[in-house]
Amino acid sequence: MSKQGLMSRELLLTGAIILLLGVIASRFPAFIAPGNLVNVFNDTAPLILLAIGQMIVILTRCIDLSVAANLALTGMVVAMLNVAMPGLPVPVIIALAITFGAVLGMFNGVLVWKLAIPPIVVTLGTMTIFRGIIFLLSEGRWINAHQLSDAFKAFPRTVLLGLPVMSWIALGAVALFVVVMNRTSLGRAFYAAGGNPHAATYAGINVGRTQFWAFTISGALSGLAGYLWVSRFAVAFVDLARGFELTVVAACVIGGVAIMGGSGTVLGAMLGALFLGIISNALPVVNISPFWQLAISGSAIIIAVALNASANRKKGRIILKRAEQAT
Amino acid sequence: MSDTTRFIPDRLRSPLEQRIKSWETLLLAVAIAIFITNSFMSPFFLNAWNLSDMTFNFTEKAMIAFAMALLIISGEIDLSVASIIALVSTAMGAAVQIGVGTPGLVLIGLAVGLLCGAFNGFLVTRMGLPSIVVTIGTMSLFRGISYIILGDQAFRGYPPDFAFFGQGYVFWVISFELVLFAVLALIYYVVLHRTNFGRAVYTIGNNPVAAEFSGIRVARVKFILFLLTGLMSGVAAICLTSRLGSTRPSIAFGWELEVVTMVVLGGVSILGGSGSIPGVVIAAFVMGLVTFGLGLLNVPGIVMSIVIGALLIGVIALPRLWERWRQQAAKQ
Repeated sequence: MSKQGLMSRELLLTGAIILLLGVIASRFPAFIAPGNLVNVFNDTAPLILLAIGQMIVILTRCIDLSVAANLALTGMVVAMLNVAMPGLPVPVIIALAITFGAVLGMFNGVLVWKLAIPPIVVTLGTMTIFRGIIFLLSEGRWINAHQLSDAFKAFPRTVLLGLPVMSWIALGAVALFVVVMNRTSLGRAFYAAGGNPHAATYAGINVGRTQFWAFTISGALSGLAGYLWVSRFAVAFVDLARGFELTVVAACVIGGVAIMGGSGTVLGAMLGALFLGIISNALPVVNISPFWQLAISGSAIIIAVALNASANRKKGRIILKRAEQAT
Repeated sequence: MSDTTRFIPDRLRSPLEQRIKSWETLLLAVAIAIFITNSFMSPFFLNAWNLSDMTFNFTEKAMIAFAMALLIISGEIDLSVASIIALVSTAMGAAVQIGVGTPGLVLIGLAVGLLCGAFNGFLVTRMGLPSIVVTIGTMSLFRGISYIILGDQAFRGYPPDFAFFGQGYVFWVISFELVLFAVLALIYYVVLHRTNFGRAVYTIGNNPVAAEFSGIRVARVKFILFLLTGLMSGVAAICLTSRLGSTRPSIAFGWELEVVTMVVLGGVSILGGSGSIPGVVIAAFVMGLVTFGLGLLNVPGIVMSIVIGALLIGVIALPRLWERWRQQAAKQ
């Protein structure tokens, strides 16, 4: 039913992004040079990863506010691991980051699944707990570029076929989750659990366990983004990516993910993330202070939610009228 | 206040009241236990001035928590309260730069708080948007405006008599903030537990559809609750700004979590429909005592936030675990 609506939403968003690029390019043509666009996409890669995870969580009628804290904690853990064991190969570090992030996500998931605590409360709580643990682990100290091994820092910057590895990872995640969401029973369960939990239960889907997996995936992607973030910027500290969870939610809402659950696409989440990524990269170019970033994310959330809601309302009315005429 | 409240049959009354009562008693016992532990842990604890300082740990947050309690009981939530503080404080700081005096500052503070609350209320009740998302949005919008105005700067130079709200003492060690806290607690107690409006708040939280059909103007009540939460954030912002004597955009960062924790710790159901003001008052003291006690033991602030976060989850998780354990015990 919503497939057509979602397609048009993604086309609309693509149009908005092209328009945005056009407006910026009209004053600063260098911004849309292919090299710069690659940079913008690369910068947005962590946001895309987190937005995909967040989208899956929101699909199941939950929300994960701990993603940025998870990213920072996992980032700190792998950075400390790298300092302690510089010889550890990067693939092992990445595997550990994904596992560690997934475990943190599972912690959220278990509380939501087994104890039925509202997700907003769980993740508000774990958000501060994760940040506190970073402080306990690092004793408030920073881990700087010179302490990290070269291989650790070089991996996301390595250029393959014209794109840095970080961008390839984001594209790979998008491709993987397009398949997972559309072609696997777990993916369909995410939509079913959020679209109508009662119906999902009768269809044999364990809603709580589905939510648990949503949090696990969100955690795993946060962990992966944590390694990428720390290695790209070559620094780890307590306040890393503070407040980023709001940008992630904003990306999802702009991408047309319904906050009441049940509808949203991987492509939409990616486009929402790109929209915000382009804005944040364009701000310094068009000479607006980066302090505008927060207010822009906030307004974007509110406007997008309002638009989503009004679009849904219109649809409902039309259906009612038709039903009346038919009887 | 009104006689009609007595005639409204309340199916939840007896079991609910018992549970709330026991929760409050438990909380009070916890507060006393922490108090005694603290006095053994640190020789500086049992000192009238130190205890008076301790109250500043919770008075401002508790003022917001009263309004937030009503809002959560009605089934909504406001995560933008800390950002409202930032915006109110920024507005007052800007007014100081053009020479506005203390009465003007207070008026501006209250007005901006009300406006922010009205904005949230409008989006939730008129546009029909979920309050969690709306207030996550305004949380970043309100503080974002502060960042746009202030950047990495700070507003200072508040008039000397403005300092009274956060630093003044009414009598001996009794601070103005503590008196305000007590007065507000009393007002909110009466509003929630002794008026039709208070009954309406519970009814809406238990079943908004039934409330609508029994003649309660649900949207209006919710709008008023958002206004109140905005207003209380304004009041808290005045006290906090006066106490700190300066405004930075990062002021009160993360307070929304502590306010919600205080409300939930006070026995208010996060799903709405139940809770009480006395519970929130005791919870405020518990949180104040915990943070102050940890402070005396030189525990850094960020570690305290672990305790707050764990408290928030634990307070909701433990009764559910207990319930599950009891059910399993009953089966066997």
